[in-house]
Amino acid sequence: MLYAILCYNDEDVVWSWTKEEDEAVMAKLAAVQERLIKAGKMGPSLRLLPTTAATTLRKTQEPPLVIDGPFAETKEQLLGFYVIDVADLPEAIEVARELAAANPGGAYEIRPVAVYFPDRRRGAGP
Amino acid sequence: MTELAWINAALVAARPQALGALLRYFRDLDLAEEAFQDACLRALKSWPQNGPPRDPTAWLVLVGRNAALDGVRRRSRQDGLPSEEVISDLDDVETPLAERIDDSHYRDDVLRLLFICCHQELPNTQQIALALRIVSGLSVSQIARAFLVSDAAMEQRITRAKARIAKAEVPFETPNVAERAERLAAVSAMIYLLFNQGYSAGDGSARAHFCDEAIRLARLLLRMFQTEPEMMGLTALMLLQHARAPARFDATGEIVLLEDQDRGRWDQKLIAEGLALIDKAMRHRQPGPYQIQAAIAASHARAARPDETDWAQIDALYAALERFQPSPVVTLNRAVAAAKLRGPAAALDMIEPLAPRLSAYFHFHGVRGAFLLQLGRKAEARTAFDRAIALANTPAEAAHIRLHLDRLMREEPPKAE
Repeated sequence: MLYAILCYNDEDVVWSWTKEEDEAVMAKLAAVQERLIKAGKMGPSLRLLPTTAATTLRKTQEPPLVIDGPFAETKEQLLGFYVIDVADLPEAIEVARELAAANPGGAYEIRPVAVYFPDRRRGAGP
Repeated sequence: MTELAWINAALVAARPQALGALLRYFRDLDLAEEAFQDACLRALKSWPQNGPPRDPTAWLVLVGRNAALDGVRRRSRQDGLPSEEVISDLDDVETPLAERIDDSHYRDDVLRLLFICCHQELPNTQQIALALRIVSGLSVSQIARAFLVSDAAMEQRITRAKARIAKAEVPFETPNVAERAERLAAVSAMIYLLFNQGYSAGDGSARAHFCDEAIRLARLLLRMFQTEPEMMGLTALMLLQHARAPARFDATGEIVLLEDQDRGRWDQKLIAEGLALIDKAMRHRQPGPYQIQAAIAASHARAARPDETDWAQIDALYAALERFQPSPVVTLNRAVAAAKLRGPAAALDMIEPLAPRLSAYFHFHGVRGAFLLQLGRKAEARTAFDRAIALANTPAEAAHIRLHLDRLMREEPPKAE
């Protein structure tokens, strides 16, 4: 079963980390990923730039309105996600638990994947 | 990261909003700072046990406010004036506060907090010191170390600066559109000043983290003023300049010029963010000085090798910047691009008229010396480099010019007097 693990946290805090703190967290997360890669369970993953770099297309009017910033003003922001291939929800929760141990604060949303397309750029993918 | 480090990071991140809200409430900086301090101490006790609250900033505002009100009540009791009506009045005020803490208030709160540090009577360095103390929450001795003065001297400076802004009319009412724009401009200038203090000092100095702090404050403001193209420009400018930090100095602390830098060491994550922000800003078609400077930095960042630099674009951008912000320093920078495009003779012609205004400016003599050297006018180049060294702001600047001089000396020793 494919699950997306969506990482939410307060970006004011996360982007206030010093380079060393950031690298320490990333190294811990990499260790979890490494285990998943070895087990053949690690799909694509990515980290997003802060929501200040975001632009939103709102369809509340015609033509749609292009506005600066994220879709939703929230206390915690979507910072990135992992796609993992695990047996069931308990295993997905276990992965989220490991990721959570590396990275204090925030929350992980575990969402089963309905449709999955691999990277289809020329030269990308297997 | 330990739990304690996490809580500290959360307190630092929440500080501008929480302190800004407390200042709006108490209208007294000392009382607001005390309240925030109190709330932080309680957070350190409570959060490890109960877990961090869902909204740390709102938690700190409410707890800080209640702690300060308790203090006021206690003091008034000691003064023998325990008016029950006053106390219940204060209680009534508490209820709607939670609803009033929303983002639209925060943005003016944070802006106000930064803006009071930009008081025009304060010299630039005091504005920065004050912002670092009040908004960033650095300790007096951290700031003292960065400015190379004793703790006592910095304490005195900050106390005096605070006294001065306390006397000033602090604008507490919600600003109108024009006032908000004015505050944003003043605050942007101060943040860029803070960045430059760190940037010119270089990596490894006690001021190096000024760059990170300036970027943090800019991101915070940008999140609150998301549609301001100049705010995007300022943030992008600092990100793109800071991306080069790992390559700007060599192992011995000598300056490495842009064209000699190992571009593989530039921070690609910062560059990606900077380029994304410029992209966003351009959509607004409201160019301004920060956006243009960011576009210049972006042009350098996009060149994988120095010889891929689009000097024609950079020259055009400097020309645009000259129109927005006519200044001899901008013209001096444009001349560097012009030298690449049209040769050192043309560039020298551009900067010679600047001499009366830039005669005390280190970079003027450094750049002029380099043009003269390219033209083979070695004796004049040496004189220019000598002037530059005398005006250098940092040892690294002086050392960099000395390299040119040493090379000249080897080629052509000075004649005995």
